[in-house]
Formats: sequence, C-alpha cells, structure tokens
Amino acid sequence: MASDTTMAQPGTLAAPAAAFIAPAGYWKLVRRRLLRDKTTLFVTAMLVAIVFISLAAPWVTSYDPYQGSIMLRLKPIGTPGHWLGTDETGRDIWTRLCYGGRLSLLAGVVPVAVSLVVGSFLGIVAGFVGGRIGTLIMRTMDVFYAFPSILLAVAICGLLGNGLTNSIIALAVVFIPPMVRIAETVTAQTRQLDFVEAARAGGTSTMQIIRHHILSNVLGTILVYATSLISLSIILSAGLSFLGLGVTPPQAEWGLMLNSLRQAIYVQPYVAALPGLLIFVTSMCFNLMSDGLRGAMDVRLNR
Amino acid sequence: MAKTGALDPRDRGGKAQPLLTVQNLRKHFPVRGGVLNRVKATVHAVDDVSFSVRKGETLGIVGESGCGKSTTARLLMQLIAPDEGTLIFDGDEVGATGGISVAAMRRQMQMVFQDSYSSLNPRMTMVDSIAYAPHMHGVPKRRAYEEAESLLAQVGLNPQQHARRYPHEMSGGQRQRVNIARALALEPRLVILDEAVSALDKSVEAQVLNLLRELKARFDLTYIFISHDLNVVEYVSDRVMVMYLGQVVESGPVEAIYRQPRHPYTRALLASKPSMDPDKRTTAMPLTGDPPNPIDPPSGCRFRTRCSYARDICAAAIPPLAPPMVDDGPAEHLVACVVPEAQEGRVLTHA
Amino acid sequence: MLLFSLRRLMLAIPTLLGVSLVVFGLVHIAPGNPIDMLMPPEASPEAIAQMKIAYGFDKPLYIQYFLWLGHAAVGQFGLSVFNATPVWDQLVVALGNTVQLALLAAFFGFGFGIVLGLLSAAYYGKWPDKLFSAITTAGVSLPHYWCAIVLVMLCAVLHDWLPAQGMGDDSLPFYERLQYMILPVVTLMLIPMGVIGRLVRARVLDIISQDFVGALSAKGLTRWPVLRHIIKNAAPPVLALMGLQFGYLLGGSILIETVFNWPGSGNLLNLAIFRRDIPVLQATILVLATFFVLLNLAVDVIQAAIDPRIRR
Ligand SMILES: Nc1ncnc2c1ncn2[C@@H]1O[C@H](COP(=O)(O)OP(=O)(O)O)[C@@H](O)[C@H]1O
Ligand SMILES: [Mg+2]
Repeated sequence: MASDTTMAQPGTLAAPAAAFIAPAGYWKLVRRRLLRDKTTLFVTAMLVAIVFISLAAPWVTSYDPYQGSIMLRLKPIGTPGHWLGTDETGRDIWTRLCYGGRLSLLAGVVPVAVSLVVGSFLGIVAGFVGGRIGTLIMRTMDVFYAFPSILLAVAICGLLGNGLTNSIIALAVVFIPPMVRIAETVTAQTRQLDFVEAARAGGTSTMQIIRHHILSNVLGTILVYATSLISLSIILSAGLSFLGLGVTPPQAEWGLMLNSLRQAIYVQPYVAALPGLLIFVTSMCFNLMSDGLRGAMDVRLNR
Repeated sequence: MAKTGALDPRDRGGKAQPLLTVQNLRKHFPVRGGVLNRVKATVHAVDDVSFSVRKGETLGIVGESGCGKSTTARLLMQLIAPDEGTLIFDGDEVGATGGISVAAMRRQMQMVFQDSYSSLNPRMTMVDSIAYAPHMHGVPKRRAYEEAESLLAQVGLNPQQHARRYPHEMSGGQRQRVNIARALALEPRLVILDEAVSALDKSVEAQVLNLLRELKARFDLTYIFISHDLNVVEYVSDRVMVMYLGQVVESGPVEAIYRQPRHPYTRALLASKPSMDPDKRTTAMPLTGDPPNPIDPPSGCRFRTRCSYARDICAAAIPPLAPPMVDDGPAEHLVACVVPEAQEGRVLTHA
Repeated sequence: MLLFSLRRLMLAIPTLLGVSLVVFGLVHIAPGNPIDMLMPPEASPEAIAQMKIAYGFDKPLYIQYFLWLGHAAVGQFGLSVFNATPVWDQLVVALGNTVQLALLAAFFGFGFGIVLGLLSAAYYGKWPDKLFSAITTAGVSLPHYWCAIVLVMLCAVLHDWLPAQGMGDDSLPFYERLQYMILPVVTLMLIPMGVIGRLVRARVLDIISQDFVGALSAKGLTRWPVLRHIIKNAAPPVLALMGLQFGYLLGGSILIETVFNWPGSGNLLNLAIFRRDIPVLQATILVLATFFVLLNLAVDVIQAAIDPRIRR
C-alpha cells in the first residue's frame, strides 16, 4: 500500500513508506537494475535534455525572452521565425519556454531539497530522541498535515505575498511534514534494531551512532521519497504561479505563461496549451524516474 | 590477544571475588492507554533480582519467554536504566563515586543478541562491524582491522572469504559467529549471551556452542547464558538460575537444579522439557493455568495461581530465596518456596 | 470502539487548535499591518484608531487570538472588508457550490477507479492492465489545471459542446445547468480515479496472492464469495484513501475553480487573496482545514469499525 499512496499527485502527500534496511553491497545491484531499465534511462535522458536546454537558453534561441513586438502578437505554431508561435505581447514562445525552464525547475526542485534537509533532520531527531521532543515535533507536523497541500501552499503564498522566494518557502513548508514522518518512522525502526544496541554496548556515543548507524540506513528511503516529491513540487509551484501567487511577470515561468496565455485560448488554443504540456512532460519524467529508482531499490524483488 | 594461563591484570579481587554481583535489581515498564494515554498498569519485568556470577563460570538463566531474561541482560549492560538496584563489577560498584564508570564496565562486559541479522549493520562489512568499536575507542584503524581479521579466524571463519561480506551474504550461523567476534573485539571478561543460539538450526547450534566453549577457555571468559531451552542450558551451564515473572525462583548448581528441582515451577518446567530419553521423564504435573502475565502479578508468590500446593501463606509475602528446607544438597542451592511438600514434590492426596 | 473514537477525537482537538493558530499566525507574520490592508491610504489617524478598536487590533496578540477563535467557533467571522457582507454567508454559499462539484467528482472518480482497479487486477499483466497503468502514471503527473484548460479548448473552443465557465444562471433549466458542471467534474475526478484505481489494483493483487496462494486465479473475481472476501479486506485502506481524496477535492479545488470560474470556496479564497480580504481569507482556510481534519477523523473511526485490528 505504501507505494500507492506515496505517488505524487496534486494534493496528495504520502503516508510514510515502510522502512527497509538495505544492505550496502546492493548499491551495485541497484545500478545494474537501473542500467537495464530502458524507461528510466529514457526519462532521465529527457530530463537531462530539459535541464540542458533551459541552462543553455541564450544559445538555443536568439530572441530576448522579455522583448516582444506588437506586430507579432499571438502568432500560431509554425510561424516562420517563431516556430512555436508568439504570446500575447509578441514574445517568442520557444524562447520563453527555454528560459522558463530555469525558474520552473528551480521552484520545483529547491523546496524538495530544503524539505529534505530540514525534514530529515527533524525526523531523525524525533525518531531517535523520542520522548517529549519527539512528541512535540510530531504533533507540530500533524498540524501542518491537517491542511490539504494546495490549500496550505496557497495560504502561505497568499499571505506572505507572491514571488519566487515565498513560493519556495510555501512549498517547503508543505513538504517538510511528510518528510519528517518518513524520517521519523524509519529512524525509530532502525533505532530499535539490535545493532544499534550493540553499538551502544560497545561504548559508541549518540552522535557517532546517528552518523555511522542511523543516517546511512535512513537516507536511502528518504532520498527515494524526495525524488518522488519533485514531480508534485513542479506541478504545485507552477500552479502557484498560475494563480498569480508565485513568480511575478514579466519573468518567464511555465505556470505563469499558462496563466497569461489562458486569455488567448480562443485565439491560439494550441499555443496556449504548450507551457502546460511542458509541465506535464517534466513532472511525468520525474515521476517515472522516481518509480524506476524505487523499483531498482526494492529489496523484495530479486531480479 | 590470547591470555591463556597468564593472570589478567584487570582481575582485582582474585578468584574468590565474584565477577559480577547484582543486588535488588528492579525494572518496571509503564503501560499507557485510555483516552488520555495515562499510565494504566506496570509491567513488572524485573522485580528485586539478586545474584552473582563467579569468575570463569557459566551462569545459565532459564524461564518462559516474557519472564524478564532479556530485560535483566539489558539492565546488566546498562542499555536501559534500572529503577533500582546495584551492580558490583569485580568489587567496584558501577556508576558510583569511587566505583567503576559505566563506560569502563561496558568494555569488560559485552553482549550477543538473539537475532543475528538485526544485530549487524546491513551497510557494514563483517570486518567493519568487528573493528568499529575498538576503532571508536582509539585503536588505530590498521590495527583494529588486523585484529578483526584475526578474530574472524578465531571464531572459525576464513578472513579471506568472509571479511568483506555484508550480513545478507552470510548464513545465520556465520553471522552469529561474527557477532561473537564483535563482542570479543573489546576484550571483555564477561559475555552475556541472550538467546544467542536459539534462532539457529540444531546442528549449527551445536557447532556454535562448542565454539563458545573453546573461546571461553582461550580468552578466560565468564558467561551469562540466557535461554528458554532447558537442554542447552543444562549442556553449557555450571550454575543455573530459574526466573518466573521477573523474579528468581530457584538457583543452584546445574546438577542440583536438574536432578532435584525444589521449586514446583522448576519441576513443571523440567517436566515439559522434551527429553531425549523417555525413561528420564519426570512425572510431575505439567504447567496449568494462565500463561504468565507480568502486568500486575499476584501478591506473594507469583507462581501460586498455577501451583497445586498453594495455600494461604503463599499469598501473604514473597517467599525469600533460601536453602531448601528438606534438603541435604549443596549449600548454594536456593529456592523461593515456603511449602515443604511443594519442595519435595510430594503427590497430593486431598481433593 | 467508543474508546478508540474518543481517543482519536482527543488527538484531533490539539490539531485543530494548532490549525487555528497557524491560520491566525500567518496573517500576523505576513508583511504589512492588517490595518493598512483594511483602510484606504488617505485615511485619517482617528479613523485608523477607530478601526483598530473595532477590529480589536489594539489588544495584545494572544487576546486577539482568543477573541477571534471564540467568534470563529460559533461561525462569527465578521464582515468582509471588500463588500461588507457577513463572511459566514459568503462562505456557506461558496462551500455549497464546492461540495456539489466534489460530491459528483467523488462519485464518478471513486466508481470508475474501483471498476478500473478491479479490471486491471483481473487482467493482470494483459493489455487492459498495461493501458490502465499507463493512464494512471500519466494521470498522477498531470497538472490538472492544465488538463482543465485543454478540456475547455476541446469542448468549448474547438467545438461548441459545453459551456466553458461559470455555473449558469438560476433561471436555466436543470439539465442546462448540469452542463456547466460536466467539465469541472471530469477534471476533478481524474485524480481520485487514478489514485483509487491504483490502490484497488494493488490491494486486490495482494489479497489474491496472500490468501488464495494460487488456488484461485484472478478470474475468480467474478465469483461472489471471492469478491466478498476481497472487498472486506481491501475496504479499509481504500476507504481511508477515499476520505483523503474527498478532502483534497474540497480543499484543493482552488486551481480548478479558478479555471472554470466556478463560484466555490477555492474561488472565494483566490478572490480574498487578491482583495487582501483578511476575514474572508482566514475563515475560508480555517473552515476548509477543519473540514479536512474532521473528515480524517471520520475515516479513522469508520476504518476501525470495519477492521478491529486498526484499533490501538
Ligand atoms: N521496553 C519495554 N516496554 C514495555 N514492556 C517491556 C519492555 N521490554 C520488555 N517489556 C516487557 O517485560 C517483560 C519481560 O520481557 P523480556 O525481558 O524481553 O522477557 P524474556 O527475554 O524473558 O522473554 C515482557 O512482558 C515484556 O513485554
Ligand atoms: Mg528475550
């Protein structure tokens, strides 16, 4: 059941996945499995291409992403010189999509990275120390769990004001609680294994136990979960921009582009749908990559 | 590393002084529940347990599962804090001023757990696991690893073949050998074996038991051997201690306990033991009544609710451990029972 | 059972208090003085002072919180800053509209999800199963606001099949107003359908492999005793997920309602944000989150009623 509620999709944040303790020699096995998995290889290549094109935007297009021309407003796909058309102020769509990848990826990946660091720290503390501190941390997380994720993100962004930073903060706050829950569960499970007791019996200090025995066993599970969140994070961050709560105009970002092109849906429906298509493709690639990783790391499958 | 014959410099009190003396050890666990998650009851896991372990002996601890054997072991290792009680290690009180520190005691006392797989960090190779604690204690990495490999050889594993393996690449018996090696890496004097062979196949169990015997002689070790398997305890122990619901009900030399059990519980336990020889099976009644429940145990003698000899006096007070009333056996044989008929195991005639 | 329900309720109370604290706190850590948002910039100092007293902003923060909470507990959220109508009245209308959509979307989404999940379990590994997993994998990666736009494009722009926006006039006949609901409901039901379908499929396969170890093929699904056994065992987790999904339909509808201009609670929230209408904003978030907590509570209790193993 774990893998089915953990899948990323708007509004759903996973219940903690069951912990598994992975033997280290098996990283080789994971790599071998991944290299044999054509889907995962393909989507990873796609992602690399998307990242590369958005980073190399100035070299893959000659237009300015902010400079439009009144004469060239809302041209259809296939217009000479503007092969993906132009937007409502006459800016080249291909150019804006390329540049837009930067902010869209940034706004999608950074919240997950932040929540990974903060969430696993809090979760490991809660799971290892337990007691009052653990209860306090977990009860606080329950409060944030009580909001549907979009609602919480919208509330935070709506009140803090729009902008890239606030959108990142909002999504990090949304992702920290599930991250803490998973880290806490896995840590608590690992902590009560005999090898931790044996280490204590051998006179190992708490910090050393966390560093050498807990962290290495907990991190794998958390990392897989984090990759599965990226897809959702990209959808949500673009969604915030779409609502006008994230990145501000005239910056290029897919969600924001979708928002402004929405008015043009009666004139150039296909052009208007393009930014959303990119959000979809990127999020799907992240999802499939995460699925592949999860499958390759599944200890129960003996392939 | 081998210290055969030579006098251990850490030996302070000489042969006659017990290696470990345990006085009035007590541990109760709260059970929470209800709407407010209040403490509803207490598990009397270990209740007023006293005993001592002599240098060089193997003390066996037996009892049904749940009677507090593992809790006792964890208390001895200071893995959990006792509610009450003192430990005296070779004459020094543990944790007291002027005594020996917990850290210092832990170096001389090590433990092997039942589950050989979860006892090993799945991301560490065998040598990593063995060398880890000595390295943390300041032994240079090179030397810690060399010694780990030599220990592997001592527990009967080929270092070339097994040193770089991960736990999931080994069999249960092999892993338990590694766990033993890890316990020995800190050069302890006392090793607590908590059901250390219980999870192994019979043939592997015998091999590991023989290994333990060899190591004991080679490193001059003292064992506390915990098991619910009466046959194994009989095989390895010099002295035996029988526990019931967190208390010691009988203790003494292994022959005395097995040949002339004085506590009705011990007798019932032995009666239910699968014996290899049908003629030797005793005729005492098997255990009846509810299985032991350490939550709010009965007053007085805890066994009285299942004991056919029980009478009013049994409910009045917890019977002290004392020499049997009816016996001419060894002086160190102690039993916690106040009914002479029960100690003798006389067949009851009344209805 | 009663004990379990009570305990679960006791756990929900601090959560709800925490939720209210977050909603209240967010307004106060937000940049800008709430008074400035309430008053035109050219307002006189006296007017500002008066306003402060009227809204209780002159009192210490914690007193403000308890006052607000006390009023909120009885549905007193004050007047909208934007149009001076009672917040509660606006909210009730908006929630009603959201619930309409959510109920329909849940009904169809869960229904199709269960059927598809059962079908793909029955045809495990064959083409219906593969098709279904391809659809759900795509479905969970779908930005549903984009999906809404594409649907509008297809059904309202390229063809004139369905209305694109709003909920229709009250004077319209019922079936015509129903047309306004079709696109939002279809968009909203996609995610619950995929999520429930995947869980049903996984649970059914799990139960088949565990309990009938090869004794019955997946084809046995068509036989009633087998089906009943599977339903009994699969129900608790599926039910829990349904509760969660229904909560998301209610609380997460803001994007869809914005695209379709559907006058529900999400739309109200969106408007409140852009109008800086703090009372409306606080009330909407608080009520939606409370809904969500209570829904989870109900699901837990129902789940425990079905499956006693869950009671702890
Ligand atoms: N950490 C704990 N919390 C609560 N109860 C415990 C804990 N550890 C052990 N117990 C209880 O104490 C009793 C003795 O357990 P244990 O020492 O493991 O028995 P044994 O090793 O003889 O089988 C059992 O009833 C067990 O449930
Ligand atoms: Mg035990």
